[in-house]
Amino acid sequence: MTEHSTRRFVSAKRRPKEDGRFITGTGHFVADVTRPNMLHVALVTSPHAAAKIVSIDTRAALAAPGVAEVLTGNELAALANPLANAVDTPGVKCYPLAAGVARYAGEWVAAIVAESRAEAEDAAELVEVEYQPLPHVIDAEEALDPASPPVHGEHGSNVLYRRTFTWGPVAEDFAGQPHQLSFKLRWGRSAPVPVETFGVLAEWNAGTEILDVWASIQMPSYAEQIAAALRMPVNEVRAHYDVDVGGSYGVKRGIKHTVLAGFLARRLRRPVRLIEDRLENMVGGDMHGPDRHFNVAVAFDDDGLIKSMKLRVIEDVGGQTGRAAFQLGKPVSAIVGAYRINSVEYEAIAVSTNKTGQAAVRGFGMSPTNVAIETAVDKVARHRGLSRLEVRRRNFIRADQFPYLIPSGSEYDSGDYHTVLRKAVDLAGLDALLKRRDTARRDGKIAGIGIATCLEPGGGNSAFEPLLNPKNETTTWPESCVVKVDRSGGITATIATSTSGQGHETLAATIIGEELGIDPDTIRVVHSDTLSGLPGNTPVASRMAIMLGGAAAGAARKIRDQAILIGAHNLKRTPEQVRYADGAVTALDDQAQSISLARIALIAHREFHNMPPDLTEPGMQAVHVLQVPKGGALPTADGRVQMYPCYSFAAHIVYAEIDRLTGKVTLSEYSIAHDCGTVINPDIVRGMVIGGAAHGIGAALYEEFAYEPSGQLLSGTFVDYVMPSSHEVPDIKLAEHCTPSPLTSHGQKGVGEGGYLGAPAAVASAINDALSPFDIECLTLPMRASLLSDLLADRPAETES
Amino acid sequence: MKHTITMTLNGARRSAEVEPRLSLVDFLRDRLGLTGTHVGCEHGVCGACSVLLDGEPIRACLMFAVQADGHSITTVEGLREDGGALGILQDSFWETHALQCGYCTPGMLIAGQALLSRNPDPSDEEIREAIAGNLCRCTGYVQIVDAIRLAGARMRQMPATPGPETGDD
Repeated sequence: MTEHSTRRFVSAKRRPKEDGRFITGTGHFVADVTRPNMLHVALVTSPHAAAKIVSIDTRAALAAPGVAEVLTGNELAALANPLANAVDTPGVKCYPLAAGVARYAGEWVAAIVAESRAEAEDAAELVEVEYQPLPHVIDAEEALDPASPPVHGEHGSNVLYRRTFTWGPVAEDFAGQPHQLSFKLRWGRSAPVPVETFGVLAEWNAGTEILDVWASIQMPSYAEQIAAALRMPVNEVRAHYDVDVGGSYGVKRGIKHTVLAGFLARRLRRPVRLIEDRLENMVGGDMHGPDRHFNVAVAFDDDGLIKSMKLRVIEDVGGQTGRAAFQLGKPVSAIVGAYRINSVEYEAIAVSTNKTGQAAVRGFGMSPTNVAIETAVDKVARHRGLSRLEVRRRNFIRADQFPYLIPSGSEYDSGDYHTVLRKAVDLAGLDALLKRRDTARRDGKIAGIGIATCLEPGGGNSAFEPLLNPKNETTTWPESCVVKVDRSGGITATIATSTSGQGHETLAATIIGEELGIDPDTIRVVHSDTLSGLPGNTPVASRMAIMLGGAAAGAARKIRDQAILIGAHNLKRTPEQVRYADGAVTALDDQAQSISLARIALIAHREFHNMPPDLTEPGMQAVHVLQVPKGGALPTADGRVQMYPCYSFAAHIVYAEIDRLTGKVTLSEYSIAHDCGTVINPDIVRGMVIGGAAHGIGAALYEEFAYEPSGQLLSGTFVDYVMPSSHEVPDIKLAEHCTPSPLTSHGQKGVGEGGYLGAPAAVASAINDALSPFDIECLTLPMRASLLSDLLADRPAETES
Repeated sequence: MKHTITMTLNGARRSAEVEPRLSLVDFLRDRLGLTGTHVGCEHGVCGACSVLLDGEPIRACLMFAVQADGHSITTVEGLREDGGALGILQDSFWETHALQCGYCTPGMLIAGQALLSRNPDPSDEEIREAIAGNLCRCTGYVQIVDAIRLAGARMRQMPATPGPETGDD
């Protein structure tokens, strides 16, 4: 690790490399990619929550102007393999188009391909589908009942996954404590809903026998899954990672879209584009997020020290499966939050219902679980008559206890939770804020302060896969970087992922620049495709600062080592007699004897006679493929495993007022103190934390994919699915702390998810603090205005304290 | 049946034949190749498709191309200074990193440009009001507010010169 005091570029305020193209309208998004003779897809969707597809009459649509093809689910299912399931459920078979049975309202039933999107949409209206409605189930708890209508008949049950993990002496710990409390909590279905919908363009080249794919994608094993579904070798699929992704936050998975477009492109021998319109995205895009029912119990002593916790989670994954059930896995990596809880029982259940399918969402299931944990801590405080801060301080893992092993098998690398919480309290001016709340309450207002903390496991390990599916033995999720120095000394790095706003080009350039003493603005960073590139797993799980940063540092250090060998040879010194600094190799005994990286690169490319005899490979290039730090092990039989390597931490404090009549919540004075280890780029980190918090505010208060009992989605537009605007997100202040990770190239940890992991818990805490004088609570997210208004309407004003 | 329309686009006159049902945003993107203007919701809520129509921000997804006949349109491609340098607001967005994925950014720039052209010294509340019709899922808006505030301060320090084309011809 380079010392902080000597760093030139890491942690310095520098303009992100990517921004220049976006502020000039020259980004390269999937809808900006066109190919000659491109065809366009529109979709016919099921109006029923569950229905047998009796027949599909495509004749009128096929005869419509511009139509090239109408594809039905049965036809596709006969020629393609089912899409991959996360957990071991061979009886669950999902295809891009419903085959025989439609499992949710909005599921794709047929695809129309035409010369223009408008013609495809016109023809979609001419497809006649005869449905036979089937019984359906919308409620996850009902779906647990073996008598409920099966969503996937061949699977035999709606339970896709169920396991109770017991880590430590839970029964003894509960029996030994004087106090227990338990509660239910509901996390409603929401999603990040990027402003750009999902889109894909696929083109089959019969000459090269390559299926080219341009997509708005953030998906590990993307090309592999496409190839598997289309029964092709992986090396016939070339996904291009130089497509800018217009927001993802986990959800841009697009497997079914790509399988469909790829199939059509191969069949029709023409490029096929499928860009979701907003309704297709909201209803049938399979990008909804976690939808959870929690039962939480904690056992604690007179001082509010929590000894043990029982957590039961039912995850409603909807009618498609994909990776949804895996979102029960990541919470295991920080199942005790920031606290010294001795033992945990975790019952994880994934059920199918007749709702839209799920995708991964920022934090991969941790944000809802953090609300459950933090709500429990608030309740313990209230039970013991202690402040919420004090209970946290008493239960926190202390700075001198790291690395700290939690009951579920992960070791937290580093942290100082007491200091970060103190910084949040100072930043918020908590004493003054408490006075403001109390004054507001005396004035008849409904006011509260939210306090919450969160762990952010980062580094993107795959350990949740074997944990939840023993047939999956994935124990590495590498990330790669190639660094080349051209003969003029110019540096180009190649990364193996697309980017959706995280600043990967800036990250790689900054770290390579730091290692080589070269201005990052002069370093070019390009994105590979899946055939030319090296292993990568996309920016999931707060992993890129750790994993791409580490890979870039590793490759740059190899370049530096090579430069030292060539430089020393040409300075007639041994490698030990020179030093590399600021883009040059210099003799230790004579500063005037120096050779630049550019000169060294020219030697490497063109002057073999000046190369050291033991360097037999011309050119100047280095590859580094990084294994996840501390990764590589399979879980133990009782489900313990080191999941993610690095643990960031944040504390949120927010002030809220609720309008008594309308239930409208106004947030103000939002403060976050956070520790993501070494910051690579301050402006990018700031944006990640604030933006994540804004996303969490939406999930806590506004956003919900609501269903009516018949299974129809009620919030398929941006009028019904309400996302926070600049009026709803307050000014958010930040304070930083840095406990460097001992496991990474520069001490960095992840930062992409923490804002979203902390904000819902903090907002829920504020609302319940505001409701506490009325002796009521709200344990249903989103805490919509109508819900709060109804709760308050049931309470006479005189109960106010 | 197609209609011939003529407009002033980023300062230059453009004519085209269009179907009556072609939206303005599809016309700009698919017919003219001006892909800086983005499509987000196609029902007038997200603001990603914002352009200036005679200097006022409008939703290009809610307007047909034929309705732009005879009007002046400015897109994100028209926000550079004469000579090609970044506009002050564009540069301020870079300075504060007022974006992440960049998808809402052109619409945000249009909303900010429209605000600053009529109010060079907006309060933070006025800035938030001006961008409240533009959704951003990445930033939480704070750095966008910073950028527009910074651009206003920079513009106020500039000698009075014409700004980027806003269509007031």
